[in-house]
Amino acid sequence: MNTNLSQLDKLENQSIFIIREAYSQFRDVAMLWSIGKDSTTLLWLVRKAFFGKIPFPVLHIDTTYKFKEIYEFREKYAKEWNLNLLVAKNEEAIAKGMSHEKGAFQCCNELKTMALKKAIAKYGFKALYLGIRRDEHGIRAKERVFSPRDEDFEWDYKNQPPELWDQYKTKAAEEEHLRVHPLLGWREIDVWEYVKRENIPVTDLYFAKNGKRYRSIGCETCCSPIDSDADTIEKVVEELKTSKISERSGRAQDKEDDYMMQKLRSLGYM
Amino acid sequence: MDVLSFVIVGHVDHGKSTLIGRLLYDTESLPPDKIEEIKKASSGQGRRTEFAYLLDHLEEERKQGITIDTTQVFFKTPKRRYVIIDAPGHVEFVKNMITGASQAEAAVLIIDVVEGVKEQTRRHSYMLSLLGLNQVVVVLNKMDSVDFSQERFEAVRKDADEWLKSINVEPMLYIPISAIEGDNVTESSANTSWYNGPNFLESLDTMQNKQPPENKPMLFPIQDVYKIDDKRINVGRVEAGVISEGDEIKILPTGESTKVSAVEKFLEKRTQAIASESVGMTTTDSVFLDRGNIVCVPGSEPVLTDTVNASMFWMTKRPFSSDMKLTIRCATQETSCRIERINKRINSSTLEVIAENSDVLENLEVAQVTIKTKKPVAIKDFNDVQELGRFVIVHDENICAGGIITHVG
Ligand SMILES: Nc1nc2c(ncn2[C@@H]2O[C@H](COP(=O)(O)OP(=O)(O)O)[C@@H](O)[C@H]2O)c(=O)[nH]1
Repeated sequence: MNTNLSQLDKLENQSIFIIREAYSQFRDVAMLWSIGKDSTTLLWLVRKAFFGKIPFPVLHIDTTYKFKEIYEFREKYAKEWNLNLLVAKNEEAIAKGMSHEKGAFQCCNELKTMALKKAIAKYGFKALYLGIRRDEHGIRAKERVFSPRDEDFEWDYKNQPPELWDQYKTKAAEEEHLRVHPLLGWREIDVWEYVKRENIPVTDLYFAKNGKRYRSIGCETCCSPIDSDADTIEKVVEELKTSKISERSGRAQDKEDDYMMQKLRSLGYM
Repeated sequence: MDVLSFVIVGHVDHGKSTLIGRLLYDTESLPPDKIEEIKKASSGQGRRTEFAYLLDHLEEERKQGITIDTTQVFFKTPKRRYVIIDAPGHVEFVKNMITGASQAEAAVLIIDVVEGVKEQTRRHSYMLSLLGLNQVVVVLNKMDSVDFSQERFEAVRKDADEWLKSINVEPMLYIPISAIEGDNVTESSANTSWYNGPNFLESLDTMQNKQPPENKPMLFPIQDVYKIDDKRINVGRVEAGVISEGDEIKILPTGESTKVSAVEKFLEKRTQAIASESVGMTTTDSVFLDRGNIVCVPGSEPVLTDTVNASMFWMTKRPFSSDMKLTIRCATQETSCRIERINKRINSSTLEVIAENSDVLENLEVAQVTIKTKKPVAIKDFNDVQELGRFVIVHDENICAGGIITHVG
């Protein structure tokens, strides 16, 4: 037997361990699925952790400004993987015409964070799985694997609970919910190599058409494609090995100002 | 490609962030937009661009110029990829430093050659030793400030060595560097012609990955039990050895014996799983396992006991008092417990014995303790199987202490 586990095997085993640790504490959990490559990878790992039968809902926060490919992908795989899919929208804000034109900060906060708050209140989730990674953004590099949010959804990043070895925090009474981050130690390239190895489906938006592709996807209104000829997974992996541009550089919410991401996150943003 | 994670620790202002920044810069690990972002952020708050700035991502960290929480950054050499865990140096944030260090496979201790060994130099290295991190490289920084004096280097090295010996840390190397100027960071420096050892980057490439204990008797702590179709799948991570179909196994604490019917992994056909793999397992008899059960090899069982003797570090502001309701967690085992005796209280930065036989324990103190657990726990010597030789103490759902078991039974 090959006793030398590859880096991808190590990451997979650790993520499955984390997913199971969280579920052993909380039965009323959900997984956030943005339909992007990271959360689809997380979904794949969650399917592995539970032998294909995910015992909790998969939650999509829908701003209604997503790419049409995202909606098609969501419907297709929700069915194929037999997911208990919940779609959450901040209907009120949408009805009032909230959009990125009112400012990216405002829009993200209303259509994502507020929509999530409402969903948590409605379904009573005690913990949420999220597919964030430390290498995405400096502020995310500070995250814990189990990260508490208080009743106002705030992330007290100055006073995070210790995590020792593989022992994580459990939920305290005054907390709203815990965020669980099984992919925290993965890097963008690990995700792609894993997608390739496991044949995980991802939307076509990630592959180049007419010299452009999306490296990170969110709302159509706030994402710009990068110049690229990578039209297959192999080429995407190659491109990442040589690229020096950071991943989220095409996303408006990171650019607007230095601390927008910190502010958004401390208010409960994903 | 292999990945090695190491933590950088040291007293505040001894140059951790500068060293990391320099390393990223010299290995061309910084994207151009990052450099831009940092330049913009530095000028926005009226500070000059410093390498140190790269790592401080919280508004407060940038304003105050101190690292509050650990950050992880990535870079690679032709040999492998690295995760650097930047741990805060300020005494206020030692719990964050411990969080960071507990995730690392190796450690770098940085000492300002002008200031020499300071309080956090001692405390951090003691914590490394308690956590069992035995691959340590010491860098003596700011050599530019002492004109690259060999004499000064040797003097600080001697001090550091004395301290490290007293806490059983044997460093692999002492390297004279200037993080700011780049001497001996990624290139060997002409300014230290008296030094013939490897530069910092070369020293990293000699560090070893932690090996999961594959050649030991199998240990499989149960995380959870899932009912999938008509099967009860016991899931967990193999913490030692190999688990195979057909293995005779014993279950602690019940003492029941049975056999492994199948090793399960979704979408794979398996007959075995090795240490560090997360898998499922079914048994031939319908024994009912639960979270916290330890599956092991008959004849090589861990010790089952309700008395745990350990070195423990208290890492929360609220001092320990005997009326606190505590829980111990060791691998997936969890039970309430009480600290029966605090045999010795130690100041973690001087090793001074504060008291023999005490009933309090303050933040950052280390103690030799005897813990009584409500239900028996299966434990191992930390040096044998780490996962069953270390534990945390939880109070009010927060981890408030960690401990290492170095003599069992
Ligand atoms: N002269 C000199 N100063 C340094 C060197 N490395 C760091 N410094 C300075 O020491 C101060 C503290 O450095 P920093 O990296 O923030 O320390 P940290 O608290 O350990 O992260 C800063 O003002 C640095 O510019 C060095 O090699 N030589």
